[in-house]
Amino acid sequence: MSTATLPTRRDEAWRYADMDAVARLGVVALDQWQTINVAAGESVTRCMIVGSDAPELHRFRVSLGEGAKAAFFVTNRGGDYTRVDLEIRLAKGAHFEFGGVTIGGGSATREFVTQVIHAEPDATSNQTVRAVHWGTGTGNFLGEIKVARHAQKTDAAQDFKALLLEAGASANAVPQLEIFADDVKCAHGATVGELDEAARFYMMARGVDPATAQRLLVQAFIGDAFVSLDDEAERETLLDAALSALEGARL
Amino acid sequence: MLTITDLHASVGDKPILKGLTLDVPAGEIHAIMGPNGAGKSTLANVLGGKPGYEVTGGSVVFRGQDLFALEPHERAAAGLFLGFQYPVEIPGVSNVQFLREALNAQRRSRDEAPLTGGEFLKLAKDKAGLLKMDMDMLKRQVNVGFSGGEKKRAEMVQMGILDPAFAVLDETDSGLDIDALRIVGAGINAIMRSPDKAVLLITHYQRLLDVVRPDKVSILAGGRIVETGGPELALRLEAEGYDSVMA
Repeated sequence: MSTATLPTRRDEAWRYADMDAVARLGVVALDQWQTINVAAGESVTRCMIVGSDAPELHRFRVSLGEGAKAAFFVTNRGGDYTRVDLEIRLAKGAHFEFGGVTIGGGSATREFVTQVIHAEPDATSNQTVRAVHWGTGTGNFLGEIKVARHAQKTDAAQDFKALLLEAGASANAVPQLEIFADDVKCAHGATVGELDEAARFYMMARGVDPATAQRLLVQAFIGDAFVSLDDEAERETLLDAALSALEGARL
Repeated sequence: MLTITDLHASVGDKPILKGLTLDVPAGEIHAIMGPNGAGKSTLANVLGGKPGYEVTGGSVVFRGQDLFALEPHERAAAGLFLGFQYPVEIPGVSNVQFLREALNAQRRSRDEAPLTGGEFLKLAKDKAGLLKMDMDMLKRQVNVGFSGGEKKRAEMVQMGILDPAFAVLDETDSGLDIDALRIVGAGINAIMRSPDKAVLLITHYQRLLDVVRPDKVSILAGGRIVETGGPELALRLEAEGYDSVMA
């Protein structure tokens, strides 16, 4: 069944979206949700590299049973509007882990939009997003956390950091917490900064050329998003995909 | 090896170096002493090419090349090492990764083959041993969580690995206890005391010069070299202070 109408920027979850690109995607794409049910005690890990020269929308509805685990690790390096939506519902004692990187220049917007529902007690979630942009590129993280009235001992964390390599780039972080239980831990943090010039000079003084210094610093910066991914080969693949986007930039 | 002629430099709009002239030939360890605010660190940073330091006049010739025509990383590849007064922390980058990138970048620019991982680790272990530093520390992130003394020792390990022809050491002795001072001093001697190398050793105190015996000592004051002498000049400064020596 189609929702038949496109969202507008008045919708909180579409506030920083590229609405022209959304119109090009059309309502059919908006209705395409992948549904994943993780049974009690089971665990699922998804690693994805998304983004191309055309708009992309990747939407997931994930439901976790008691004690289940789901982990998503995504490199979003779209050359056009590229959005990953994650709607997560956690049963008792379940855990959701998300590590995301948006990286790119041009004028494209890349975004992660998550809604994590702690529906039952003792569930945990941890989200780490890093954004690296240049040109007039944009990276967004809209993260909503809902904690139901009886979902005591919820532990939810969100961490967003953006690194803007040129003056025209931008980043938006919108943490939204809706907490109806009283015994919960919810942490969120967001920072936007530039490349550490002292570190860059220190590296150059040792002989590292400026492009390599930048790559090393960006690599260190985005590495946080994938530290909880145990599979080293997958981790390298996601990092390489992000860094190759930077190398193409020739800043 | 390094010839500084009538060097003028500013930070912001403020002139700091005002006609500094100094020649350091190969084989020489040359100590620079001077009161606070004299321009010692500015001299080190100008030689290293730190952004924010503007050269407004004069010249520096390093091994036959115009130093100011080179970017900081090109100066390093040409054989210049700047030992930082305050070494920078780089979270997320290990010493091993950083130094291997640095050494191989320098080697590539000199048309030398890069070292393999194994070759590099052997070299790093050797130089860390010289400074009595544990290899585990080199596997940690660059200067992150290091004490002041550990950072200075790590600087000298870096110098050992990169093996420069010329080192500018900016208050490498600050923050060191007596034992660490001996280790760092011995490291400087082992790495840099050679007929084809030279050192510009910026320090406030005689105690480092008891270990690293300078061939010459110059006093930097008011942005210029006001006096140059032998090691005895440092001893006179220690005993009598700047006022009497410069008077």
